[in-house]
Amino acid sequence: MDVLELARLQFATTTILHFVYVPISIGLSLLVAIMETMYVIKKNDLYKKMAQFWGTFLLINFAVGVVTGILQEFQFGMNWSDFSRFVGDVFGTPLAIEALLAFFLESTFIGLWVFGWERLSKAVHLTCMWLVSIGTMLSALWILAANSFMQRPVGYEIHNGRAEMKDFFALLTNEQLLWEFPHTLFAAIATGAFLVAGISAWKLMHKKNLDFFKPSFKVSIIVALISSMLIPMFGHGQAQYLVETQPMKMAASEGLWENSSDPAPWTVIAGIDPEKKENSFEFKVPYALSLLSYNKLSGAVLGMNELQAQYEKAYGPGNYIPPVRTTFWSFRIMIAAGCAMIVLALYGAYLTFRKKLEGSHRWFFRLMMLGISLPFIGNTAGWIMTEVGRQPWTVFGLLQTKDSVSPTVVAGEVLFSLISFTALYLILTGVLAFLFVRTARKGPDIEPHQETVIHDPFAQGGDTNVVK
Amino acid sequence: MSLNDLWFLLIAVLFTGFFFLEGFDFGVGMATGLVPRNDQQKRLMINTIGPFWDANEVWLITAAGAMFAAFPHWYATMFSGYYLVFVFILLGLILRGVSFEFRGKAEGKWWTGTWDACILMGSFLPPMLFGMAFAALVKGVPIQQNMDLKAGFSDVFNGYTVWIGLTVVGMCLMHGLTFISLRTIGEVRDRARVIASKFLPILGVLLAGMVVWTYFATDLFARRGPYMYAAVAVGIVAYVLSWYFLKQRREGWAFGMTGAIILLTFVSLFVGLFPRFMVSSINSAFDLTIYNASSSHYTLKAMTIVAATLLPFVLAYQAWSYFVFHKRLSEKDHLEY
Repeated sequence: MDVLELARLQFATTTILHFVYVPISIGLSLLVAIMETMYVIKKNDLYKKMAQFWGTFLLINFAVGVVTGILQEFQFGMNWSDFSRFVGDVFGTPLAIEALLAFFLESTFIGLWVFGWERLSKAVHLTCMWLVSIGTMLSALWILAANSFMQRPVGYEIHNGRAEMKDFFALLTNEQLLWEFPHTLFAAIATGAFLVAGISAWKLMHKKNLDFFKPSFKVSIIVALISSMLIPMFGHGQAQYLVETQPMKMAASEGLWENSSDPAPWTVIAGIDPEKKENSFEFKVPYALSLLSYNKLSGAVLGMNELQAQYEKAYGPGNYIPPVRTTFWSFRIMIAAGCAMIVLALYGAYLTFRKKLEGSHRWFFRLMMLGISLPFIGNTAGWIMTEVGRQPWTVFGLLQTKDSVSPTVVAGEVLFSLISFTALYLILTGVLAFLFVRTARKGPDIEPHQETVIHDPFAQGGDTNVVK
Repeated sequence: MSLNDLWFLLIAVLFTGFFFLEGFDFGVGMATGLVPRNDQQKRLMINTIGPFWDANEVWLITAAGAMFAAFPHWYATMFSGYYLVFVFILLGLILRGVSFEFRGKAEGKWWTGTWDACILMGSFLPPMLFGMAFAALVKGVPIQQNMDLKAGFSDVFNGYTVWIGLTVVGMCLMHGLTFISLRTIGEVRDRARVIASKFLPILGVLLAGMVVWTYFATDLFARRGPYMYAAVAVGIVAYVLSWYFLKQRREGWAFGMTGAIILLTFVSLFVGLFPRFMVSSINSAFDLTIYNASSSHYTLKAMTIVAATLLPFVLAYQAWSYFVFHKRLSEKDHLEY
C-alpha cells in the first residue's frame, strides 16, 4: 500500500474508533445532568446515586474520548499536510474555536464535577455537569461545521492557491451543517440513552437493585425514544439536501447507475457490480425514492453514469464515482439500525408506563441489552456513508483526496503509526468494555465520604490545619 | 502590532502556558516513580493533579488548533516534518491520560503496575520529545523552498536536542515536585521537598548546559542579546530562590520559582524566534515566518474577535477551578483516583 492508502486507512480506523467514545460522552453527560437535576429538584438521594453511578461510565469513557481526540487534531497536519495548507485558512478556525470554546469548558468542569462533590454547593455542582454537557455538544457543532465545509464548501474564495475565508458566518449557516448537526447530535444522545437503558435492562433481568435500575431505565428510555424519533426527521432533511448538493453520493447510496424513472422507486437491496456498472438484481418499492428525495410522489433522481459525465465536463477527466457497495450498504445498515432503535424504544416506553417492567420480559431485556450496539452500528455506518460517499473529494469540488496527503511522509512511517494507533485503540476499547462490565456488575454502592481536613498551603511550614 | 504579531504572541502564550501548567502534571507523573513509599501515597499524588491535568492538556490542543487556523503552513510543515516525533508524543499522551482514569477503577498488581508504567512513560516522553522538537526547530531543520520539511533522524536527534529534551524533562520534574509538596501534607510532602532539593543541582547543570549550548548552536543570543542575557540573569535568581524557598519550606513560593524557570525558557525561545516559527537549515530565505505561513487577514481578524470574546471567560473559570481545589490533600482524604 502507498502513503495515500495507508493515510486513508489510518484516518478511517482512528475516526471510527474515536466516534465510538464521543457519542457516549455526549449522551451520558446529558443523562447525568438530567439525573442530577432531578436530585437537586426532588432532593431524593436516589437520583444522586444515579448521577454518580452513571457518571462513572461517563468518566471512564471521557478519558478515552479526550485522548483519542488529540490524535484527530494532529493527524490533519501529520498525514494530510497539503490538505491543511489548502483549507487551513477556513478549516482551522472551527477547530481552534472548538478547543477554545468547548474543550476548555468540558475538561475544566468535568474536573470540578468529579472532585467537587463536597466542595461546591449543589446548584454550582449541577451547573458544572450542564456545562460539561453543553461543552460536548458545542464540540460536536464546531467539528461538524468543519466537516460540513468539506461536504459543501461555503464562504470562501480561491486565492494564492488555497481556499481563503470570506464569510465566517457562512460556515455556521451552512445548510449542510443545519441538517448534519442535529442528526448527529440526536444519534449521540441516543447512544448514551441506549447504553444506560441496556445496562439497566440487564440488571432488571437479574432482579438486582430494582429501586435503582427501574428509574434509570425510565429516564433513559424517555431520552432514547425522543432522540431516536428525531434522528430520522433530520436525516430525511439531510438526504433531501444531498440530492441537491452531492447528487453523486445520493446516487451511489441508492445504487442508481442510470437515471431513475419518474416517479422513482426505492431500491431496498441490490447486487451491485461496480465493474460492469450495473446491478445483478434489485428489490424495489415504487414511488419511495421520489418521496425520500422530494417529499412527493413524482420526480426522477440522476444516476451515476449521467453524473460522471457531468463531473468530467466540470472537473476534467477522472473517476468521480465513490465506492458504491460501501456507500449503498452503509446507508441501509444505518437505516435498519435506526428503525430497530425506534421499535425498541417504543416498546420499552410502553412497558415503563404500563408499569410492566418486572414480570416475565426476559426476551425484551435481552433485546435491550443487544440494543446497546444499535447506535454504534448506526453511527459508524452513517459516517462511512458520509465520508466514503464524498470520495474522490476531501473538499467537494475543490480538492481531491489524492492531492491532500503529506508529500514528505513515507509509507513506512504511516504504516508504523497506523499499526501502533490501531493496536492501542483496540486495547483501549477492550479495557473500556471490561471496565464498563465490571462497573455494571458491581452496581451502585455509595461509600461514605470522610470528613475533609483543610490545610493552608501558603502558610509558612504549612502546618496550620483547620478542621472543619 | 499587526494581527500576525498578535497571533504569534497568542500561540507563544498557549505553548508557554502549556509547559507551565502541564509541566507540573508531567512532573507529578514522573515523580510517581520517585516519591511514594506505598500505593496510598501514589494515589495521593495522582489526586493532586486529578482536577487539572485534562484542562492543562487542552492548552496544547488549543495551541495546535490556533496554529492550524492562524498559521496553517507552520502547522502543516511541523506536524508532517516531525512525523515520528509526534507519533511518540501522541502515544505517550494517550496512554497517560487513560492511565489516570483506569488505574483506580480495578484492582490487582498487574493492573496498577501496567498503568503506573504508562503514567511514567507518558509523563516523560512528551516533554522530552517536545523539547527536542523545539530545539531542532530553532537550531534549523531542512525546510525547502516549497515549505516542505523532511526532518532526518540527525536533525531531530543530536546532542543539542537531546540535552534540551532532558532539560525540559528536568524542569517539569522539578516543577512537579514543588507542586506535590505544595498540594499535600504529611510524608509525601516532606519527601517531595527533600527529593526536589537533591534534584536541584542536577537541574542546575542541565540549565547551565542549555544556556551555553544554545549560545553556540543557535542564533538566539546573536539576535536578541540584551534580552537573552537579562533572561539568564533572572533565571539564575529564580533558581537560587527556589533552593532558598525549599529550604524555608515555603512551597508556594518555591513552586512559583520553578514555574518562573519554565516561563523564562519558553518566552526566550519565542522572543529569539520572532518573527520566525521554524528556521531553515538550507537557506534563511526558506524560514517559516509569521508572514509567509499565515492565514488571510480576514481569518486572523475573525479569530481575533472570537479569542478576545472567549479568552477572559476561559481564564476566569480555570483560575476558579484552581481556587476551588487550593486546599492541601492528605492520605486520609477521600481519593477519587
